[in-house]
Amino acid sequence: MVRLTLIDFAGNSTTISVAPGQSAMQAAVSSGIAGVVGECGGSAMCATCHVYVHPDWYGQLPEPLETELEMLDCTVSERRDQSRLSCQIRMDETLDGLVLLLPERQQ
Amino acid sequence: MTDISMTSGIPNVPALDIDPFSDAFLSDPYSDHERIREAGPVVWLSKYDIYASCRHEQVREILNDHGTYISSAGVGLANFQREKPFRPKSLILEADPPNHTRSRTILARILSPKTVMKIRETFAAEADRLLDGLLDRAKQGEVFDVVKEIAEPYPLKVFPDAVGLEAAGRENLLLYGDMIFNAFGPRNDLLARAAARVEPVTAWIMAHCQRNMLQPGGFGDLIYQAADGGEITHEEAPMLVRSFLSAGVDTTVNGIGNALYCLAHFPDQYARLHADPGLARAAFEESLRLESAVQTFFRTTAVDTVLGGIPIPAGSKVLAFLAAANRDFRQWPEPTQFKIDRRPTGHMAFGSGIHGCVGQVVARLEGELILAGLARRFKALEIAGKPTRRLNNTLRALATLPLRLVPA
Repeated sequence: MVRLTLIDFAGNSTTISVAPGQSAMQAAVSSGIAGVVGECGGSAMCATCHVYVHPDWYGQLPEPLETELEMLDCTVSERRDQSRLSCQIRMDETLDGLVLLLPERQQ
Repeated sequence: MTDISMTSGIPNVPALDIDPFSDAFLSDPYSDHERIREAGPVVWLSKYDIYASCRHEQVREILNDHGTYISSAGVGLANFQREKPFRPKSLILEADPPNHTRSRTILARILSPKTVMKIRETFAAEADRLLDGLLDRAKQGEVFDVVKEIAEPYPLKVFPDAVGLEAAGRENLLLYGDMIFNAFGPRNDLLARAAARVEPVTAWIMAHCQRNMLQPGGFGDLIYQAADGGEITHEEAPMLVRSFLSAGVDTTVNGIGNALYCLAHFPDQYARLHADPGLARAAFEESLRLESAVQTFFRTTAVDTVLGGIPIPAGSKVLAFLAAANRDFRQWPEPTQFKIDRRPTGHMAFGSGIHGCVGQVVARLEGELILAGLARRFKALEIAGKPTRRLNNTLRALATLPLRLVPA
């Protein structure tokens, strides 16, 4: 298991254990994290699992695909340099301890 | 289970003598789904010589491994490697990367959440107009067939408007969608009857895929603009418009119909929605899980593979029961209960992976607006007669749903 920390817009931090191979979105939703919706189920179709990757971690993620970049134009909360869709972040040992900040709104 | 045998010639695969396209199965699929699901992660359906799965884990794997489970050999029973498609293949549904990627990129851009923000106001005004009319009539004591009064007219108004189609003749889209979704099954009586009904309107459908029939700036015209920009050819453009016309109406008609069915059958959940219409989107999502409009899709194995421990040779047809995966107790606690606060993320009603429904944000918008509009106007939906089904090889569809809408 690897650790994933989610910090909501109010600053509340939750750390969860994630099975490697799961997406950060799946892990957050199944842990009942309210600030991640993941409406489309992980197909990069809805932009409701938007996160800001902590600057210390952003560079360690694989580059986003074109479909994800297009969808990041559709987020309800402001898109920033560290914006990603958490359904496209596949958790593995190299991301143990990853920190994601949640936007104010997803819908 | 007396009908499980090991005589299919395929070792280790439970073989079942179930016809998932028979009238009996389609009238009430859920008990047979359970038999298939509990027989194993993958079964062999001997009537059609196909593999099938009713479990969430395997359905998800089939849909997400698009390199192994391909779509270009058809997403119905017919294997295009051996049989000629009955119509020119869809450029998106019946395609694999890289061809699929080109079409998908264009449609995903046209139907993006950004677009939905722009159309939301118009779609909301139409929902209000329709439901205000029903409220006036409900106050006079009228009982409604909500399939004819809500589920059909609303999508038939808003979606073709957005595509840029003229108003006359839109009911042809229902006949066309009914035929297309029947055609993913075998050449049975359901398909034969649907094909006979659609035959006189086929020319209308094809004519309305042409640019001169599409309002400038609508979704259809945007496809031609993509062709102008060189992303696809001008010969391909009408084929992509055809995808809007085949997949954009009968799906949402039944999605909304099935949502009304769920809410009418679970009055406590409707009461919660009435108390807080902000739950409309969540309620629609849960209805997609419980009564999935698109029940099944096929894939074809490109290579020898193993699914749920069962070896499957290349060139096999594999039937993924989306609707059954959505009721798998391994994934969903109390799977047959309709609970609008469930958050059913990961349901398979729109498929999953690269072929996941490209119009799903528009579908959700339509569902949310209708359910929120009902919740604000009516305190209860009461069943006022026995619902009847319109059987279809792929769709879970209602013919009629008589309801009494009780004004708030």
